[in-house]
Formats: sequence, C-alpha cells, structure tokens
Amino acid sequence: MRGFLLLAFSLVTTAHAEFCSPDSQNAFKVRLSIKTALGDNAYAWDASEEYLFKAMVAFAMRRYSSQKTTQISNVLLCNVTDRVSFWFVVTDSSKNATTVPRGEVEAAIRMTRNRINNAFLLNDKTMQFLKISSTLPPPTESSVPIWLVVFGVVLCLIVAGILFLIVSGIQQRKKKNKEPAETKNLEEKCEVTVTIENGMPCDTLNLKTGQINGGYEADDERFTPL
Amino acid sequence: MYYNVINAWAFWYLFHSFQNPLPWAACPLNSNHTGYIEECEKASSTQYFWYRKTLNISPSIEENGSIQWEQAMCLILAWLTVYLCILRGTESTGKVVYLTASLPYLVLIIYLIKALTLHGAVNGLVYMFTPKLEQLANPKAWINAATQIFFSLGLGFGSLIAFASYNEPNNNCEKHAIIVSLINSTTSVFASIVTFSIYGFKATFNYENCLNKAMLLLTNAFDLEEGFLTADNLNHMKEQLMATHPNEYVELLPQIKNCSLEAELDTAVQGTGLAFIVYSEAIKNMEVSQLYSVLYFFMLLMLGIGSMLGNTAAILTPLTDSKFLSTHLPKEVISGIVCFINCIVGLTFTMEAGNYWFDIFNDYAATLSLLLIVLVEIIAVCYVYGLRRFEKDLHLMIGHKLSWYWKIMWAFASPLLIISLFIFYITDYILTGTLQYQAWDATQGHLVTKDYPSYALAVIGLLVASSTMCIPLGALAIFIKRRLKREHRSTVA
Repeated sequence: MRGFLLLAFSLVTTAHAEFCSPDSQNAFKVRLSIKTALGDNAYAWDASEEYLFKAMVAFAMRRYSSQKTTQISNVLLCNVTDRVSFWFVVTDSSKNATTVPRGEVEAAIRMTRNRINNAFLLNDKTMQFLKISSTLPPPTESSVPIWLVVFGVVLCLIVAGILFLIVSGIQQRKKKNKEPAETKNLEEKCEVTVTIENGMPCDTLNLKTGQINGGYEADDERFTPL
Repeated sequence: MYYNVINAWAFWYLFHSFQNPLPWAACPLNSNHTGYIEECEKASSTQYFWYRKTLNISPSIEENGSIQWEQAMCLILAWLTVYLCILRGTESTGKVVYLTASLPYLVLIIYLIKALTLHGAVNGLVYMFTPKLEQLANPKAWINAATQIFFSLGLGFGSLIAFASYNEPNNNCEKHAIIVSLINSTTSVFASIVTFSIYGFKATFNYENCLNKAMLLLTNAFDLEEGFLTADNLNHMKEQLMATHPNEYVELLPQIKNCSLEAELDTAVQGTGLAFIVYSEAIKNMEVSQLYSVLYFFMLLMLGIGSMLGNTAAILTPLTDSKFLSTHLPKEVISGIVCFINCIVGLTFTMEAGNYWFDIFNDYAATLSLLLIVLVEIIAVCYVYGLRRFEKDLHLMIGHKLSWYWKIMWAFASPLLIISLFIFYITDYILTGTLQYQAWDATQGHLVTKDYPSYALAVIGLLVASSTMCIPLGALAIFIKRRLKREHRSTVA
C-alpha cells in the first residue's frame, strides 16, 4: 500500500516535472515587475500569490471554454526565480497526462488578460506573458482632426484681415481722389523741382524743420504770363 | 521664396499642439494593433512624426512624389499671413514687427525659467560653459561663428537697406548700428542658454533611458531580482556577469549599448533638425507639454514671419518705388502678385522630395552670393565712392565726426575678413568633390548619405551663378545704357 502510494507520488512529481519545465511544450513563461509597478507598495511574491495566479489561470480557462472544468490543481508552476519569473502549464484532467494545447491557453489568457492584470495590480507591461502578444489599446481619434479646426479658424481670421485692409485701402483712395485739385497741383510742383540745398531735398526741410519765408512763396505770380 | 516653408512647418506643428497627448509623443499602432509601426520603432517617435507625418519624405531626391496637400495648405496660409503684414507697405510692417520682435523674448523668458528647473539642465549648461580647447583650435569653428553672426545680422539681404530707406536723414545710424549689434549678440547668448538647458534635459533623459533599458535587459536575461542593478553598480555587475555566465553574456552583448552622457551631449544638431526634432522631443517629456509646445511653435512662427517680412520688404521696396510699376498697379496688387508667384514656386517644397530641395536652397543659395554682395558693397562704398565723401555725408547726418575705429574697420578689417571667408568657402567646395546630402532611409530608421544626381548639381550651379551674376550683369547693363546715351548725344550734337 505504502509502496503503491510512493510510486504514485513519484509518478506525479515526475509527471509534474515533465509537463512544467522551461521551454517544454505548451508551457509559458511569465515575468512580473512588481517593484517597478508599485514602488513602495510592492507586495512580496510568495506561495499565496502563486495560488492566486493558479486560480486566475483556471478562471481564464473556464471562461474560455465553458465545457472544461479546470481545477486549480491543473495549473502547474515551476522555476520561480527572484526576478519574479516562472513557467506555467495547464494540464488536462479529462485526458490523462496531457497538457492543454498552446493556442487554447493563449486565447484564454488574452480574453481575460485585463482581469488577470487587475488581480495583481499590474498592467500589460509589468505582467508579461512572454510569447502572448497583447492587444494594444487603439489611440483615441476624434471624428474631425483637431488641427483642421484650428487651421480653419486661423485661415478665416487672416482672410478677414486681408479683405478688411484691401477694402479700407480702396475707400481711402476714393476719398483722396475727391480732394480739391489745388493741393494736388502743389504736390506735383514739389515733386518736379526737387531742389537740393546742402545735400538734402528742400521739401524735407520745409515740412520738418525751418520756416517758410512768405516773401518767396508766390514766386510764379510775379512774372506776367506769356 | 524657400524660407516660408519653415513657417508652414511651424504652423503645422502649432496646429497639432492642441491635441492631448501630443501626436509625436507616442508611436502609432500598426494595422492589426499588436505593436507599433516598424519605422517608428527603429527611429524615435519625434523623428517618425517629422519625416513621415509632416514631410512624408521620399528615400531620395530623384523620387519626387506628389504634393502633400496638408503642407500645401499650411504654405498658402503662411503666404497669406505674410501678405496681410506687408499689404499696406512699411507703415503696417513696422507695427507688426513690434509684435513679432517682442513676443519671442517673452516666450524665451518663460522657457528660461522652465528650462532651468528641469532635471538635467545643469549638465547642458556645464557642457556649454566648459571650453573645449580642441574645438576652439579648429579654424572651422571660428569660421562657422563668423558666418552665423554675418547671417543673423541680415547683411546683404537688402532688408536693412529697404527698411533704412524709410528713415529720416538725421537719424543717428551710428548709435543704432551699435545697439543692433549688441542686442543681436546678447540675444544669441540668451537663446543659447535656453537651448543648452533643454539640450541637457534631453541628453540626461536619453542617458537614463539607455541605462534603464540596459538594466532591464540584463535583469530579464539573468532573472535577477528587481532593483538589484542600479546605475552605480551597473558596470561592476556587468563584469561579474561576464565572468559567471560568459556564453549568455556574449549573446546579449550586441544589444547592450554603452550609455554615455557625453555622447548624448555631443550629438549636436542645427537648423530644422534642432528646431523640430530635438525640441519637440524635449517638450514631450515635460509636464503640461501642450502649453509649452504651443508657446514654442508660436515663437518660431513669430521669428519666421519677422524674417520673411524683412526679405519680402527687400523685394517689394524697389518694385513699389519704381515709377513704371507704381503708376500702373496699386501697392496691394504688386504685393499680391509677388506673394502669389512665390507661393506657387514654393509648392515644390511641399512635394515628397521637397525637403531635399529645401536643403539645397538653404545651403547653397545664400552663402556665397551674400558674401560677394557684401564684399562688393563695402569695396564700392570705401574705395569707389570714396571713404572721405562717405565720411562727410555721415558727418552731415549724425552731426559729429566719425571715430578712427569705423574708418579702419571699413577700409581694412572687414574686406579682409570677408575675402578670407570667401576664399575658405570656395576652397571647401572644391576640396569636397561631389556634393552629398542626407537622405532618410525608412527601412533603417536613420539618415544615410547619398550623392546628388547630375541635375541637382546643375540646379545648385545655376543657383550660385544666378545670384552672383546679378552684380556684373547690372554693371554691364548700366555701362551699355551709358554708352547708348553718349552715342545718342553725340549723334544729336
């Protein structure tokens, strides 16, 4: 009896070792970065946490295919290191001495990845299932690109400014054209004869500094026209 | 003509700064949402945004591609802004420049305060102020410095002459010349303090990232406890691991990069690379990055529009002053036509290969011809017109005699300096042989050096020749006109 039990026990342990070892078929490596994620609130990885992990994987398998009844004892962990990383494999209790195929485990984990992460207060980066690709969240995109909105606003402002300046320029020019012709003639005479006095044109002297000598102003009237 | 493309890019980045998170902060996902786009993984997200999203750059200058409509719209907007500012001539430009010149200072002060509080900024400042004697002994550094001062003062562009022609004759130009030069140099130093603080922040950030990556790699490979490797014991632990697990360590070796803060600080960039890649990378790591991004690109825009106003005024002033055009067309129409033509030609820079053409224009259109123009100007004023006549004119304008310092500088020092710069550049062009350019390789995720094709070399030659030929051609035209007038007078008399 005892011998039989011993034999069974040794068989189970060797089976355990057979199923769960690094790089064995249908086994996955998990890597946790608890200190990176939680800092001072990091918890220590012990047997209770391992139990929780087994429970979560069993939960994932149950969620994925409702026929299978995966027990916690079906999930085997091994090679736990200080990193915290370990290998796990899920055995199939309905078929003796086999492990659940890789694809099924992967699909199950992917489906409930969020729940598993939250159970350990980690995320996809700090709880890595190597060789199981995670679905990255799609970026938030609004229906109308925001930059087009800002572009439209600025464009409208600038076009409005241009139109305003052009229209006011045209109006100013119309007002100038209506002024009496006398002032226009005087300006024309000033432009035609630009007398240079000491290297500077006369009109700047007239308008900015100095005084106009009234005696010389009505020069053209002294001479009788031909 | 080519410069306004920079304003178009500044507009593009400004409009995209209103998003949360910033679009260049993270890589976009690939089509089946399992990872990031490969080009973005190989380069960084800021480089991806610049080369792919903004420029959509082609692998070489030969492949022209199509016009990017987003860039074209931004370019049209940039030209409309310039048109708005120069529409009414220089009186309106003067008021706009109050804004475009003072706002950048405000933004620089805000950035200075922010930059000095960043982690790692001190590294950048220490790097900036420690003299590197081997670099100082290299004459190329001094020549680059001289060229930089030359261009930042805007000599030879015609914009200074254009703006100065609106001044009154008794304007004290000597005082203004000194003030402008001093302000220019002080602003350069001020801006470089801000730049180097941000640079130090970025370099420290990248260095720490590199260290963290190396530590993570080693921790994962050897299943060490988290937090076992720190920045201080990394080198020591590396040697230990090499001794205890030589095989696996050798396998990992190609992936572990040697991180060095000096190397990060030494990667100096300038021009569009600095403005759009390095700065946006530094900004995305700050808190409230949208605000700083908006401020920064708004400042870039102000500076760019200010430069454009000067350049466009230099073109427009002779056109509006010429009697032929101003009698037939009003001022607004002339400005409109100039802006329109430049905009259409500038659309070539919005094509996929546009950035390569932009680099050609940026590097070759300005340098030699500006040096030549300024050299001819100074020789003409000092030796052809006569330094004594010029001195008398200035005495009339400013009211006191010129000091000997100016006379010596104009007659001897400046021509010598410019001639030496000129000779240096020509010998540099001759010695480097075939000209090369940096092309973006999308498959590798970094720049590669390629040779220019023959038609690009022809365009470069044409650019340099056309801008330098203007002076001899102008002289020839006046000579011919005088000859004809003299003949006409002799036939009449």
